[in-house]
Amino acid sequence: MNFIRKVVAIIHKDITTELRTKEMFSSMVVFSLMAVFIFSIALDVTASDPMDTTPGLLWVTIAFAGTLGLNRSLAQEQENGCIDGLLLAPMDRSAIFFGKAVGNVLFMSMVELVIVPIFAALFNVPLLRGSVWLVVVLGTLGYASVGTLFSTMAVNTRAREVMLPILLLPVAVPIFISAVNATGGFLAGDPVSDVANWLQLLVAYDAIIIAVSFMTFDFIVEE
Amino acid sequence: MSSEPTIKADRLAIVLNCLAAAMMMGALYMVFLYAPREINMGDVQRIFYFHLGAAWVGFLAFFVTMVSGVLYLWKGVSRWDILSNASAEVGTVFMTMAIISGSLWARPVWNTWWTWDPRLTISAIQWLLYLAYFMLRAGIENPGQRARFASVYGIIAFLTVPLSFFSIRLWRTIHPVVTSGAGTDSATGSFNMTTSMRHTLFFCLATFSVLYLTLLRHRLRLAWTQERADWLRQRVLSRM
Amino acid sequence: MQVYLISSMIQVRGLVKAFGFQTALRGIDLDVAEGEFLTVLGPNGAGKTTLLRVLATLSKPTAGVVRVGGYDAAKAGAQVRQLIGLVSHQTLLYSQLSAKDNLRFFGRLYEVADLEARIAEVLDVVGLAARRTDQVRTFSRGMQQRLTIARAILHRPRVMFFDEPYTGLDQQAASVLNKILSDVAAAGRTVLLTTHNLERGLVGCDRVVVIKRGKVVHTVDRAEIDPASFGELYQDVTQ
Repeated sequence: MNFIRKVVAIIHKDITTELRTKEMFSSMVVFSLMAVFIFSIALDVTASDPMDTTPGLLWVTIAFAGTLGLNRSLAQEQENGCIDGLLLAPMDRSAIFFGKAVGNVLFMSMVELVIVPIFAALFNVPLLRGSVWLVVVLGTLGYASVGTLFSTMAVNTRAREVMLPILLLPVAVPIFISAVNATGGFLAGDPVSDVANWLQLLVAYDAIIIAVSFMTFDFIVEE
Repeated sequence: MSSEPTIKADRLAIVLNCLAAAMMMGALYMVFLYAPREINMGDVQRIFYFHLGAAWVGFLAFFVTMVSGVLYLWKGVSRWDILSNASAEVGTVFMTMAIISGSLWARPVWNTWWTWDPRLTISAIQWLLYLAYFMLRAGIENPGQRARFASVYGIIAFLTVPLSFFSIRLWRTIHPVVTSGAGTDSATGSFNMTTSMRHTLFFCLATFSVLYLTLLRHRLRLAWTQERADWLRQRVLSRM
Repeated sequence: MQVYLISSMIQVRGLVKAFGFQTALRGIDLDVAEGEFLTVLGPNGAGKTTLLRVLATLSKPTAGVVRVGGYDAAKAGAQVRQLIGLVSHQTLLYSQLSAKDNLRFFGRLYEVADLEARIAEVLDVVGLAARRTDQVRTFSRGMQQRLTIARAILHRPRVMFFDEPYTGLDQQAASVLNKILSDVAAAGRTVLLTTHNLERGLVGCDRVVVIKRGKVVHTVDRAEIDPASFGELYQDVTQ
């Protein structure tokens, strides 16, 4: 129980900081808007069926906006050596992982709440249905978890924030393929049995990646 | 206290060199003379044996990287990390060959330099994972931290490979790649394998595995020599 | 034969810390009794910071054993961390949060009882009560150091580590630090302070240990030190 309280304390700290500065949220949303705009122009989306292209564009946007948030979240702990403050706390180090990961999931979700409706409106596709939100949640869970682990590594490298997308994107391929296809399937109104395979893959990926991330987190933060 | 790393004389490398050379001769014979000419694609199909051999090694090497990463995290002995790195390097070379050979095969058969078929795609993904692995290693000065980070990344990266493969295969089952080709079989990149083709394939896989072990052995020796040089340098510097 | 003194708050046996082939600590043996104030002197690069980081469980030993308050630092890290407070070069403060928010956060991590009252108490002690709702990024360096000290004493740790605490402090912060050090010592806490400044290092301590290149080269009780000649002794020992 104490463990959970400490995880909650970390999440609360991150939310409080974000409410003060609104840095993460604003940069992620602004980036997403710019991305949508540029995609629309560059790909001439009107020429092809938006039902085909929107799922892909949506997930690319989520992926890159996500890395902004993940980077920012861990960079905060680099300032003033704050990560040491967390490491000095009398708790299992995995509490740090869960605290940051849940925080990252929450921040990504807030941004998604904004950009999914924008995508729906801009491309005139029925994205605002429960099934699509389910896919978004499943994809975000896995992405943010392994993203938290990798951004903890990335901030310790010479290239810093630039390292995160390099590490994260190839590892997140199963998420992209599954999420894009599941989103597309739900948009097209495919029967659940068809889309179920994709959802199963997402759930399997999430379970494995969250477990391995939390088990290896200790090795990343220790010296 | 760090102890002096030792290197012994290498009979194993000589044995492996000879074995690899001999098997390669055998493989070349089998691929070009023993295996039959494929009906639809012709002689260009022969590249398949090397393509698959290289892809197999690329995957095997990645597996070794993961396992020695686990062992490094468990034991903390730097030689496990050296093995991880060496295997990754050799694996990357083979994976590059797999991609290039796959591309060279695709061109005459399907008139395209690239096809998103599952095997080629998963090779490309593994190649990107390898690349990320090396970029991560290159970006960290502290040797202990570099080894730990690389081990963790190697483990996670390898675990995603089967998941990526399943997702790509499912994707290609639902949305098959339609290409022009001589017959319906070659349109999806498959062909019927005769017994002699099977023999050739297995022998090639074995040959490439031995080749992997040979190159790995050489790379490890190089790394151990480098480690000894670093240790000596540190000894000299700390005396000054 | 390894003797574990029952009264030792901190026990270090054969501590080795290596980064790759570079060895920062080459076999340190140390005993610090409960309530003792130990000053660790040494030139830059001697390994003082590394030693404190290992004791604080921020760093894992390459070899050797570290026990704090009876707990093995490698096996019972969380229990060790409950007992200790660390003041180092970095402030460990979140600049976007207020002084109170920072303390509240750490108070929750340490499960401090009566948190709000305790926060008010420590802010008074370090003289920052008036600025408690201001964001830390508006604080001067000296004020941030004072808040760092407040953070470190918040959970009433039995052992306190100070790593070169006087570096870059203004007058006010330095006098707050002096007061804290004497209060903490008077309250019977165990204190370990590292510094390369001989003058400051000799103030208020019970014992002095000198470290050079990762090894203990000299240890002496404060009572037996003649400040005038100690400077020379230190030079000799660290050459």
